Amino acid sequence: MMIIFLLPIVQLLLFGKVINTDIQNSRIAILDQSHDNTTREITSKLVSSGYFVLGEELMPGDDVEDVFRKGQVKMVVTFGSEFEKNLERDGKADVQLLADASDPNTARILTAYASGIISDYVKKEKLQNLQLPNQIKTEVRMLYNEGLKSVYMFVPGIMAMILMLISAMMTSISISKEKELGTMEVLLASPLKPIQIVLGKVTPYLLLSFINALTIILIGVFFFGVPIKGSFILLMAESFLFIMMALSLGILISTIAPNQMVAMFISVLALMLPTILLSGFMFPIENMPLPLRILSHAMPPRWFIVIIKNIMLKGTGILFVWKETLILMFMTFVFIALSIKNFKIRLE
Amino acid sequence: MEKVITVRNLVKKFGSFVANDHLNFDVYQGEIFGFLGANGAGKTTAMKILCGLSSPTSGEAKVAGFDIYRETEKVKRNIGYMSQKFSLYEDLTVAENIRFFSGIYGIPPASRKVKQEKLLKDLGLESAKDSLIGSLPLGWKQKLAFSVAIFHDPKIVFLDEPTGGVDPITRRKFWDLIYGAADRGITVFVTTHYMDEAEYCNRVSIMNNGRIEALDTPENLKKQYSAKNMDEVFLKIAR
Repeated sequence: MMIIFLLPIVQLLLFGKVINTDIQNSRIAILDQSHDNTTREITSKLVSSGYFVLGEELMPGDDVEDVFRKGQVKMVVTFGSEFEKNLERDGKADVQLLADASDPNTARILTAYASGIISDYVKKEKLQNLQLPNQIKTEVRMLYNEGLKSVYMFVPGIMAMILMLISAMMTSISISKEKELGTMEVLLASPLKPIQIVLGKVTPYLLLSFINALTIILIGVFFFGVPIKGSFILLMAESFLFIMMALSLGILISTIAPNQMVAMFISVLALMLPTILLSGFMFPIENMPLPLRILSHAMPPRWFIVIIKNIMLKGTGILFVWKETLILMFMTFVFIALSIKNFKIRLE
Repeated sequence: MEKVITVRNLVKKFGSFVANDHLNFDVYQGEIFGFLGANGAGKTTAMKILCGLSSPTSGEAKVAGFDIYRETEKVKRNIGYMSQKFSLYEDLTVAENIRFFSGIYGIPPASRKVKQEKLLKDLGLESAKDSLIGSLPLGWKQKLAFSVAIFHDPKIVFLDEPTGGVDPITRRKFWDLIYGAADRGITVFVTTHYMDEAEYCNRVSIMNNGRIEALDTPENLKKQYSAKNMDEVFLKIAR
């Protein structure tokens, strides 16, 4: 009963807080090759704007892509050498904004904000004294997705969503259907072991989901031109892991839900909405308020999407996604353990 | 006669609620054993324990000669079970259901075909072989569910309120099937609410508040409680 009154409140708060494409506290890295007053001031302007947080200071020669592969930093600001001198002498200076465009929306907004702040600073602070035309050249580069195609973002997101839907929702519904119709009791009273029953229920969805994952990737690659820069085998292995996670989640839901209705309800509420809202698929996680940011850690798709983007767009190997992989493994393990525990309680 | 079910001091508690309070009884091979009681008296709980669907809090029980704690697997191999809810797959055909359950109990395809022919002929369902279960009338479904539950020739078949919701004539026909099974040596353990069905049993036990209050043949029970029929016996005990 409570749920009827709580649901709209939760939904409203969730949507209101989550759907927020503004940028706040995005992590950036600075590669400052001239280290003069102007570059320092620009850096502090960027950081004090509230949009950016200084994540890392790079040295010339550092591998910029490595920074992105770790996944924390969303943009690297590079100041050319002798920035201040060039600006004062010729009225020209180079600054490069390199953004991680595996999330094209965020990349677009970040670079636009940063360009704005930089040219604003130069106009206000410098040019009054210099009386020179504004010649600061901001070069914007979008890494991993030069065309800023949003399909690059949707392929991993849709994949997470579909796999959750097919694996977790269908499994939980089909098992709770057997409970509802009484056929489950007959199966349990037969010589079949519980593990055989569960495997029997889960295997078709494992195959279906795997075919689905493959189809989504193929359409993404051949129809939309999304690259697979990393290992295809690793990509499929990670998809397999995610499917296993979703299946065990489905089994867990079915041990809780007494019938199909409840299973459906829990699946939609606990799987669909968080997958769309809290996984970082559509709305950047950094922009969310702290409680939701913490909650998003518990969302399996969040980790899967990071893995998929890394492998497909950034071409990283297992070395850069082992943490996310371990988290998914841990979740699978927890769901299976909880399912077994629930199942035993039901038998007693 | 051979005992196929022995139950000694069987207790099942859910928290502080005692669903089965020290049950003691034996069931003999080939008999039809009626397990009666009001709603919530603990019949289904006891039956689930005997089928290995639930484990007892304490006490001993043997089904088909196997211990229900340690030999659950062997128990399950030797029993058939028809649940309170109707227990075939509605979205499969009659033949597919038979094939499915034959697979579970490891009946080889060759003997399955022979038995399936006979089953359909006995039930007069030859024409319905390829119809979906969902499209059949309830009485047919129940007969079919029973026939499938004994398809693997178990020693004992457990029936949990098998005839709910059908008319007396259909019920009577269902009981003809039960007699047929008992004649073949299958022990029938049946719970029911219908007291006319209790009269069909060889022996009945009547449960009240988790305890077995009476256990005897219907004739003896009627004498003992000086009642005209089982209805009166039941009311006197369960009141």
